[in-house]
Amino acid sequence: MFDYLTLKLIWWLLVGVLLIGFAIMDGHDMGVGALLPVIGKDDTDRRVMINSVAPHWDGNQVWFITAGGAIFAAWPFVYATAFSGMYWALLLVLFALFFRPVGFEYRSKLTNPAWRTAWDWGLFAGSAVPALVFGVAFGNLFQGVPFHLDDTMRSFYSGSFWALLNPFALLTGVVSLSLLALQGATFLAHRSEGALQARARTAGNVLVIVLLAAFSGAGVWVSQIDGYVIASIPDIGSALNPLMKTVTRQPGAWFANYQKLPILWLVPALAYLGGLLVLAGLRGGKTLLAFVGSSLACLSVILTAGIALFPFILPSSEHPVSSLTAWDATSSYVTLNVMFWVALIFTPIVLAYTSWAYHVMRGKITREFITANDKALY
Amino acid sequence: MIDSTVVDLSRLQFAATALYHFIFVPLTLGLSWLLVVMEAAYVMSGKEIYRDMTKFWGKLYGINFALGVTTGITMEFQFGTNWAYYSHYVGDIFGAPLAIEGLMAFFLESTMVGLFFFGWNRLSKAGHLAVTALMALGTNLSAVLILIANGWMQDPVGSAFNPVTMRMELTDFAALVFNPVAQSKFVHTVAAGYVTGSLFVLGISSWYLLKGKHVEFAKRSFRIAAAFGLAGTLSVIVLGDESGYAVSESQKSKLAAIEAMWETEPAPAGFNLIASINEETQSNNWAIKIPYVLGLIATRSTSETLPGIREIRAENKERVKQGIEAVIALEALRKNPQDAELLASFNKVEKHLGYGLLVKKYSEDVRLATPEIIERAAHDSVPKVAPLFWTFRLMVVLGFALFALFALAFWASIKNTFQQKPWLLRWALYFIPAPWVAIHSGWIVAEYGRQPWTVFGVLPTHLSASSLSAASLYGSIAGFVGFYTLLLIAEMYLMFKYARLGPTALQSNNA
Repeated sequence: MFDYLTLKLIWWLLVGVLLIGFAIMDGHDMGVGALLPVIGKDDTDRRVMINSVAPHWDGNQVWFITAGGAIFAAWPFVYATAFSGMYWALLLVLFALFFRPVGFEYRSKLTNPAWRTAWDWGLFAGSAVPALVFGVAFGNLFQGVPFHLDDTMRSFYSGSFWALLNPFALLTGVVSLSLLALQGATFLAHRSEGALQARARTAGNVLVIVLLAAFSGAGVWVSQIDGYVIASIPDIGSALNPLMKTVTRQPGAWFANYQKLPILWLVPALAYLGGLLVLAGLRGGKTLLAFVGSSLACLSVILTAGIALFPFILPSSEHPVSSLTAWDATSSYVTLNVMFWVALIFTPIVLAYTSWAYHVMRGKITREFITANDKALY
Repeated sequence: MIDSTVVDLSRLQFAATALYHFIFVPLTLGLSWLLVVMEAAYVMSGKEIYRDMTKFWGKLYGINFALGVTTGITMEFQFGTNWAYYSHYVGDIFGAPLAIEGLMAFFLESTMVGLFFFGWNRLSKAGHLAVTALMALGTNLSAVLILIANGWMQDPVGSAFNPVTMRMELTDFAALVFNPVAQSKFVHTVAAGYVTGSLFVLGISSWYLLKGKHVEFAKRSFRIAAAFGLAGTLSVIVLGDESGYAVSESQKSKLAAIEAMWETEPAPAGFNLIASINEETQSNNWAIKIPYVLGLIATRSTSETLPGIREIRAENKERVKQGIEAVIALEALRKNPQDAELLASFNKVEKHLGYGLLVKKYSEDVRLATPEIIERAAHDSVPKVAPLFWTFRLMVVLGFALFALFALAFWASIKNTFQQKPWLLRWALYFIPAPWVAIHSGWIVAEYGRQPWTVFGVLPTHLSASSLSAASLYGSIAGFVGFYTLLLIAEMYLMFKYARLGPTALQSNNA
């Protein structure tokens, strides 16, 4: 039904959708986890926070798993190169994520305070570390990653883990951490009450400012970084491998797509609109509006970065020709086509039962509810 | 050259994390359906004891489930982190079932598990039962898709090599999904999970009965587990046999190694019950043999012959030679992709390409392959015999012992005599680890038996690993071992504590 080129574009969008879905859905429970030691003042507070996401964190985490699976299926070059190259960054995320399922499930199964405190810190690490590392990874994409492909398409990475933690990448790490923490703060403001809700609102107000400042700062900084440009490439509607193109580096090239199509500036603008909605919602007690605003910011930040990089996915600083793009790092026509139909059928089904699950579990979590259901809850 | 230490360490890490993950998965597979049965009994009879059973076994399910999820994330990312060339070479095919698993199965399971635990007071009885059933369905769908992916590694159907992208690509999605190897593996594997879950419930219930605690609760749990477990063991054995048949079609090397069958025998071949294996001389010092049985199991006929290891190695030596030609032709083609003549000469030997790649373990440039290297590559094409021979027999013996246990337990539960049979109760209790031993043996048979390939006949394990340093591997293995040990201690502590508490855990204050 679609030609190969259209499918390549669709899959760029679909991976974007999955990442945005991850930021909005898993983002809010990671945000709650990251705020756990900050605004959870006592055990009951922290249980309110944990139980606000208890029925949903597991389903939400599947956005992350599915995004990983989709990258494997649609962009196997990217999956192979990025995951093996940034080995320790990936393992850091993985080890941090280990704390989440067990943290949620085991924390309140014993009453020993040391046990609970240990898992609280585990949940904090399991939420904050991945949130930070995702931004750091995106920051490194803008600067190029040191790898090359040999002529059998085997990838070799020549950088170190520590080189990933450069100033620009740490700034983009602040963007992603504040973004997901904001998701958590607005969600919590919506689902809690009293003193805890007040602290969640304060955190939300602070995080909006941090997010927009870091996002703006990163935007200005990107203009000083050399972007990547495809100088020549065979027919992008055909089967390609990454070594068939030529690539150059140019100052300001990461803004090229916005200059070509100025309407795209609306995408980064949405982050500021989202920020305003958060502030207005938190001030006026319209907590759902604040959550929507924060989700809008998630969408905007991820799309803004994606559009700037497009069609690059993983630029190579060591050997620019090896850079992976949406044209030459994809799966075959057959796979992209089959997977498109699978996604088209199952994504609405997933959204439907997820919404139903939130509907079933709607309403505020109170301290009284925790005490009354001590044994049944996390 | 690829560092062999890195390959070996990557295999060690994969095996360790996969086997660890597979401590939790079978129990989830089995318990999820048992929860459905218990809750259905509650909805139909209205008796609260069945609701308590669902909640209590559900608590243990949750403790186990958390680690299943935790260790499952590792599995998904490890292909990229540690098997990057594999991921590149076959991601076009292998990635698809993994992505579909997330979208179709894991979302369902994970969304429903939240409602299972927290939705008791918010859903109608039937609504909650539906949630439990969907959770079990999601879990089992997960297994289907993972085994479709694994089935393709065992028997790579529906795909072809593309010289432009230097990888295997999907040509026939239906062939991938309906791969007979995947189908029989799926039923064999999930049924093994049902056995694990059943024995878990049976064994702990037996302990309550031996102690005279929670008797009504334990009796009902025992009956359900005995019936479900009997069905499970039967399916495992029947589909295990079916898997054997499928293996004989697709992987003659694995079958010959499992059977320590060095020489091709006249049909129908005999089955070596036990043997003293001599890898050096490629023969058995002695063996106890049952005539005809292997031929019947593996070929479903009395006339088809099965090749022995020596014959397979000799055949593969020819394939290695042809494969070297394929590698050389591919290199030439890559320099001049438009040259129709080069393409034609590559296509002629393409089906042996994987065998040519076997040589790369010993010589990066296949042109430099000496007759000795070719001999070694052909020798590698059949895995070591003894580990397969014995793990297979351990699995089968445990399988039949489990069948005997469940048959007796089922009979005793019909006759309502199991409370008077402490020996049966003790057997059930002390046998709780047996399904895990059998399942892990089965994993070794399936995966070690596929060596030297990650994708049978297509991609050697040696080429599949990422270009990492040995230091990175030592570091990550240490990390996994440390983390997983701590998590296992926490898990076992809670599991024992809650199993000891029994259904009182649902109310008791020290829970």
